[in-house]
Amino acid sequence: MSLLSVRQLVKRFGGVLATDHLDLEFQAGELHAVIGPNGAGKTTLINLLSGELPSTQGSIVFQGRDITQLPVDARALRGVARSYQVTSVFTEFTAAENVILAVQARSGHSFSFWRPVLADRSLREPALEMLATVGLLRLADERVCNLAYGECRQLEIAMTLAMQPKVLLLDEPMAGMSQRESQSIVDLLLRLKGEYAIVLVEHDMDAVFALADRISVLVYGRCIATGSAENIRSSSEVKAAYLGGEETTL
Amino acid sequence: MADHDNYTRTRWLAPAFVVAALALLPVAAHWTGQTYYQVIGTRIMVFALAAAGLNLILGFGALVSMGHALYLGVGAYSVAILSHYGVSSGWIHLATALAISTACAFVIGAVCLRATGVAFIMITLAFAQMFYFLAIGLRAFGGDEGLQISLRSRFGPLDLSDATTLYYVAFAVLMLTLVAMHRLVHARFGLLLRGVKNNERRMRALGFPVRRYQLVAYVLSALVCTMAGLLLANLTRFASPSYMAWNVSGELIVLVILGGLGTVIGPVVGAGVWIVLEETLTSFGLGLPNDGDAWMREHWLGFLGLLIVWVALSMRSGLYGSLVRRRGGTER
Repeated sequence: MSLLSVRQLVKRFGGVLATDHLDLEFQAGELHAVIGPNGAGKTTLINLLSGELPSTQGSIVFQGRDITQLPVDARALRGVARSYQVTSVFTEFTAAENVILAVQARSGHSFSFWRPVLADRSLREPALEMLATVGLLRLADERVCNLAYGECRQLEIAMTLAMQPKVLLLDEPMAGMSQRESQSIVDLLLRLKGEYAIVLVEHDMDAVFALADRISVLVYGRCIATGSAENIRSSSEVKAAYLGGEETTL
Repeated sequence: MADHDNYTRTRWLAPAFVVAALALLPVAAHWTGQTYYQVIGTRIMVFALAAAGLNLILGFGALVSMGHALYLGVGAYSVAILSHYGVSSGWIHLATALAISTACAFVIGAVCLRATGVAFIMITLAFAQMFYFLAIGLRAFGGDEGLQISLRSRFGPLDLSDATTLYYVAFAVLMLTLVAMHRLVHARFGLLLRGVKNNERRMRALGFPVRRYQLVAYVLSALVCTMAGLLLANLTRFASPSYMAWNVSGELIVLVILGGLGTVIGPVVGAGVWIVLEETLTSFGLGLPNDGDAWMREHWLGFLGLLIVWVALSMRSGLYGSLVRRRGGTER
């Protein structure tokens, strides 16, 4: 049985069908890339999976349990963690505090009014470990507003990892990054692959083909093909719908 | 590193100065024979306490409550009504006030937190107005004329009818609240609240059931205001519906913003500056030429309005916040 699956999932924005009776299966330990032209409904899919958008119809099943009605925070605690297309971190906090919050979310309730967070090793140590994983340890006590763009993206990945997720929903983690920064994210994802199920929405086709175990192609909210990188690369239907377009080079 | 040393020094000096000034004020007042200053000092601390309560959700949680005077009223009326029936035990006053306030704040907070932004402001205001008119309707307890308090709260050997005792009780409550607030802000709960203020969407995505925590913050903030209400009733020997009027809620917001949103000491500075200026402009002759004193007595609010505009425009983190701010950041 797959870790996360959607069945006949529909999302309607007024008259626009952003997600059109979608059936997808995400397996444990697999890096599953979702590609498609702009407006294909990739980010909508991530929002539906994470719970930020309620679906119009259909169901989402995670670890055998229907989570379609669960709010964002309950899904996050069950192990569905996401990053955003537009970096979403706590700009007023230090990098360490950002990750500490992610650890804190997983470590029971936060009705603690007296003990300073920064002196709490059960929070700080795992947080620093995650910062080390993404290569930001030296910037732990730097305020996030002083970090470079690429560093913020890495920080966001550290936060999602600190949530001890079962599945990572990564919405264009390489958007706006330089070649070198992108490469460091690719290296990072290669290391994380297998440990987590990863749903990767990405426009950088080199990265997608280097990383993905399985690729699904979305066009107008429908999945027109799912398969291994080789299958997708050679599929004529996919070429016609998407890969043949002038924006991408293979 | 000179900058850093400077910063550390103001960081400790400024609060130490505020605490020392408040601790020594009665001594100075008695020495100079001007005990009226002690009354002003008590009033400053009472409103500082209320503003500190509001600051918990306004400054650290970014929840703009336009109805916190309601809890000031609950505190004041608990003392007034119990005294009316001959109960003078401060402990009973306090327990009643806190119990009623907790119940009200849980219900009101739960309703208000279903809304955000302007809607939240309007609903908090609506609840406060409801209680304001409820108090006016309480004919048995003075209606719109308010209720005189004959018996003030007595906590064991501490009798709040003594002005100096009241002063130091208010001082102690304020200091304990500020210390607790400082700890809270840096504990898990405070980090969570500040996180919601900074990026609520991210907090939900991390797995925090945000509303639950905001509700607890709202109740805590209401309880602090209730204690301020209890002290206020003991200071004025009076409870009046006007304590719950919407302009009082507005004034609390002004005190927080004037002193510094999201700083622990800010509300104290805000209350101090506001009340000292109010007293100076309305009660003391400034010796202005051309009958300027009379003019000032009439238009002092306009003058303070200009001050608010200036602070709001030029100091993002208020008077106290700007004093101790770290370079390129905010101070708490």
